[in-house]
Order: sequence, then C-alpha cells, then structure tokens
Amino acid sequence: MKLGSLTRHLGVAALAWLLVAACGGSSGGGSASCSASAVKTATSASACGGLDALTAAAKAEGKLNVIALPRDWANYGAILDAFAAKYGITITSDNPDGSSQNEVDAVKQLSTTSRAPDVLDVGMAVALANTNLFAPYKVATWGDILDTQKESTGLWFQDYGGFMSIGYDSAKVPTITSIDDLKGAAFKGKVALNGNPKQANAALNGVMMASIANGGSLDDISKGVSFFKDLKKAGTFVPVQATTATVKNGTTPVVFDWDYLSAAHGKDVPTWKVFVPSSAILGGYYAQAINKNAPHPAAARLWEEYLYSDEGQNLWLKGLARPVRQAAMEKSGKIDKTAAAALPPVNGTPKFMSDAQATKAKDYLVANWDAAIA
Amino acid sequence: MIAAGNPAVATNVGRPLAGGRRFSLDWIGVVPFLAYAGLFLLLPSTIIALGAFVNADGAFTLENYQHLSRSYVVKSTVDTTVISAVTAVAGAILGALLSYAIVMGSPNGVLRRLVVSASGVLAQFGGVTLAFAFIASIGPAGFVYLFAQAHGFDYYTHGIWLFERTGLGLVYLYFQIPLMVLVFLPALDGIKPQWREATESLGGNTWHYWRHVAGPLLFPAFLGATLLLFANAFSAYATANALINQGQPMLSQQIGGALSSEVGAFEPGFAKAIAVEMIVIVTLVTVLYSLLQRRTSRWL
Repeated sequence: MKLGSLTRHLGVAALAWLLVAACGGSSGGGSASCSASAVKTATSASACGGLDALTAAAKAEGKLNVIALPRDWANYGAILDAFAAKYGITITSDNPDGSSQNEVDAVKQLSTTSRAPDVLDVGMAVALANTNLFAPYKVATWGDILDTQKESTGLWFQDYGGFMSIGYDSAKVPTITSIDDLKGAAFKGKVALNGNPKQANAALNGVMMASIANGGSLDDISKGVSFFKDLKKAGTFVPVQATTATVKNGTTPVVFDWDYLSAAHGKDVPTWKVFVPSSAILGGYYAQAINKNAPHPAAARLWEEYLYSDEGQNLWLKGLARPVRQAAMEKSGKIDKTAAAALPPVNGTPKFMSDAQATKAKDYLVANWDAAIA
Repeated sequence: MIAAGNPAVATNVGRPLAGGRRFSLDWIGVVPFLAYAGLFLLLPSTIIALGAFVNADGAFTLENYQHLSRSYVVKSTVDTTVISAVTAVAGAILGALLSYAIVMGSPNGVLRRLVVSASGVLAQFGGVTLAFAFIASIGPAGFVYLFAQAHGFDYYTHGIWLFERTGLGLVYLYFQIPLMVLVFLPALDGIKPQWREATESLGGNTWHYWRHVAGPLLFPAFLGATLLLFANAFSAYATANALINQGQPMLSQQIGGALSSEVGAFEPGFAKAIAVEMIVIVTLVTVLYSLLQRRTSRWL
C-alpha cells in the first residue's frame, strides 16, 4: 500500500513537472499544441499550451454553443459578432430570452450531445446551486477579479453587473437626490418595483437598497419593507408590475431596478435618468461558467478568454454593464473612457449581499411582504 | 359543470342501446368520457394532492399543508373568493340582461350577430394584453384619464384603484360578461313566445310570467353559468399578475410565486398544497350549487 501510494505520488509529481516544463516552453514559442483530449480538463490556457495553442484548437472545433444571451442585453450582440469575426468560429445562440434556470436545465437535458451549451452566463443563486455541472477554469486575467467575486478553483467567476438604482422620467417627476425624496407629494402614484421581491432578484435588491438607506443593513431588510409599506399607505407605491411598456407609456415614471437595465429605458424615454444613492450602493453581478460536458471545450475556454480580455470587457461596458475588471482596467488605463463616462455616477463603497444574507432577506420577505403591501 | 347547468344537456340522457339483458354494452358509450376525465382531471389532481405531501428531499411531510395557514395565504383565499364571487354575480346579471336584450331583437339581425361574435372574442381576451389595455386607457398615464383630468374629473383622487381589488374586478368583468352571454343565450332561446301568450290568455301579468314560468325555467341555467364564471375568475392568473404584482391577492399568483422564485422561495410542494386548496373551494361551491339546483328544480 505504502509503496503503491509512493509511486503514485511520484508519478503525479513527474507529470506535474512535465506539464510545467511544457508550459514554460510554450509561452515563448507558441508552437506547443493543445490536444482535443487535454483541453477538456484544462484549467487555464497555459495548462494547454498557451493562448495560441488554445486558439488553434478552438478554430479546429469551429463552433461554439451559447444560450440565453439576448442581443440587446449588456451589448451581447456586438460581443457575439466580434468573437465570431475575430476567430472564424460559428456561434449557435439558443433561447436568447431564457432565464438562468433555463440555462442549467439545458445543460442537464442536452448532457453530452453536440447541442449542449458550452458556456453559461447565470445569476449567482443559480451558479452557487449548480457547481457540479461546471468545469473549473481560470482566465489569463484571473488576478484582476476580486476573491469575493469568484470561486477559488474557477468553477464560476463573476463577469459584469451593476448597482441598484432608481430610474425616473425627469419630465414627470422632480430630480431625485435621496431615497427620502420619494416621500414627497410629487411622487404620488408613480413609484414601482421591477418584479415581486418574493420572486425576482432585482426587486429583492430594490427593497434591500431602501433598507440600507433607512438604517437597515445587509442583514436586516425589514427597514426596506416598512419603507415601502409607508409609500404604499401614502399612495406613492403602486403594485403594478413595471415593464418596458409601463415605463414607455408613463404609468411607472419611477422604477427601482439595476442601473444597467434602467439606463436602457433612455432609448424609449429620452428624459429618463438613473440615480444611485451614495448612502446605499448595492451591487449585483452575473457569473460565467463552462459546461463540464462542453461539446466544444476549446472554443468555450477561448470565449472566456475573450470576454475577460480588455476588448471583451470594454464591449460590456459599452452596453452599460460594469465589467468585473473595471477597477483594474481603470488603473492600467485600458478602459474605454467614453463608455465609462456614460455610466450613472456612483460615489462610495459598494456593498454585496452574501448568499446567507440573501437567504435571510428572502425569508423575511416571504413572511412579511404581502401583509405590508396589501 | 357547464353541462350540469344546461337543461338541454341534462335532459339529453340517451336511451339504452339495443341489446340483450345479459350482454349489456351500454357502458361502452361512457368509456371515452371516463378516460378523458381520468386522464385530464383525476390523474393530475391526484398527482398534485400526493405531491403536496412530499418535501424538497422527497420525504413525507405535512408541512406544505400546514403552511396554508400562513397569513398571506389566508388573506389571498378570502380575496380570491370575494373577487371571484362578486365578478361572477355581477357578470352573470349584466350578461343575462344583455342576452335578454339580444333575444328580444331579430334572431338573424345584425345586432345579434355582432354581439355574439364580439362576445366570442372578448370572452377569451384576458391576460397581460387585457391588463395593459386598461392601463393604457384608464390607467394613471392613460389617455382617458388624462382627458378626464384635463376637464376637471380626476377619478384617482383617493388612490389608483385600478391597481387595487376594485380595478381587478372591473377588468375581470370585461371577460366575464361576454362569457355569460355565450353560455346563457342558448337557454334564453329555449323560451318560447307562446308561453308568454299562454300566460296572458290565462289572465297572468308580467310578474306572474317571470315568477312562475320564465324564472323557474331559466334559474338553473343562470346558476350554472354563474358557477362557471366563478371558476373562470378563480383560476385566472396573468391578468391579475400584470395588474397587482405586489401583495398578490389571487391564490393562482401565490402558486406562481412558489414555483418561479429565483431568490430562493422555490416551494413546489407548497404550490401543490395551494392548488389542492383551490380544488377544495371550487368543489364546495359546486356542491352548494347542486343543492340549490335540486331545490330549484322542485319548483318545475
């Protein structure tokens, strides 16, 4: 037993040494190759002969399956086109309007078929619940992502996000400079949430933001519930579901929503403004993950490398989503300054809910929201 | 339920098919119905009722049914029942009056054809489209409201009632009345003008005619149609969800919430328990209906 274990350890050590040697060789010349079998388990580009070898392998596959990426969401249309043109890889974009849960369901149902999605872009709750479906991978710019925004082995890593905000039509209501402004008579019958906080993540964060601004904390959403209760009593908060249609026709001129989604209303309503209160900056990010049974494992990894390159990050930024490497790129000067300037201004330190805090908030809402609002 | 309320169908029980006393094959006729009811009514109901006894780990539990006592479910139960009952009764009365007006006109007239085809379309016109039609017209930014407000008539001074139970009831009436016209018109057509003439030649007045002839004949159909309207409102989902998304008053919305939550309030077992509660309420109303039906048919 002991001897066997020893030889196995030696074997692993030898293999590791060989691997390191291979990487060392490839980084200079770029002549190393990334075989179809090795790429399936490659946890970084350098583990498979470097970026050039990975690119060659991806081009050989020639295809990439993506899912639930709307072309008008965070500039994905431009990103998909740019990737396809740059590498000559054909992208199959399935179910563009699907939800995070749909993505995970597709991974399970299509399993090892060639139609299964290669890469996923999912909400955090779904990412955390399904890590057994993902392959660990670290992009070249891994170091720029904060430790709190990635799983340590690379099963998921956050990609872009934004801050909870109050979007409003400045032609219909006065300028908003604090959440308490909403208590004024000018806002009567005009404030809405994007969804029901018992169900929708954006709405839950909207209530949480109101809580933080009113003396609550990430651990205490109750102040937010009583804030909306007061607004409801005053006839300010309306229970209608805010949608693009209700914003466009003016039924909901004030909406709590993620800043990058809210900013998109500017297309329909030119006087639409987005306000992020400095007293309650609440952030939320989506995450990338690679399907462990990806039919095109090299293209999947190359897609991630592209998304996390300066070019990919700046494309997200143009879609008003804040890329995860934004701070690092501001430091290095690689950021697209015009695109960054178009974002709603944010002054202060952002807060992020942990998984436990989100669960606690949800439990409180399930028990108290309906009674507070009815 | 519709069939039970319709005297034409109720009296249409066929005679036994020809056949010997020993080899009766009468039951064959009912097989398609039993198969249909079994597959589409009993089987799903059973799956739901049993599913509600299972927790997230697949083990037996009574928790899902106990959760029905949560205050918001109790409130939704009351709200749903009241809204459904009010819109059913109001829809039935208004729909019956409209049907009566049509029947009094020419049987092949333009008015009748117009109203019947419009009812056929409007009875199915529900969901987000209907809710938004109301939001865009009489809503707080709708053109009707803006026009009324500009002319000194602000009907939202005491709050935006369109997004309250009152508004939901009004929107529901929009599909309840046409549905009533569709199901009640055949019953009214069955009333013969000769009966009225007979009443009058026997010395009866309008009151006698309605009290002793038309009323008792139409009442079972009216009750049956009201029950159908109740179930129709009771199970509606999308319209209510688009209009009142917060503090959800309808039980169907609570089911939707428990099934689609992306923030972790995903409770499929609990959703099934609410569905069972809805089945029980509709069953109770149906039993009440058949008791009334038995009483009213005694008058005949």
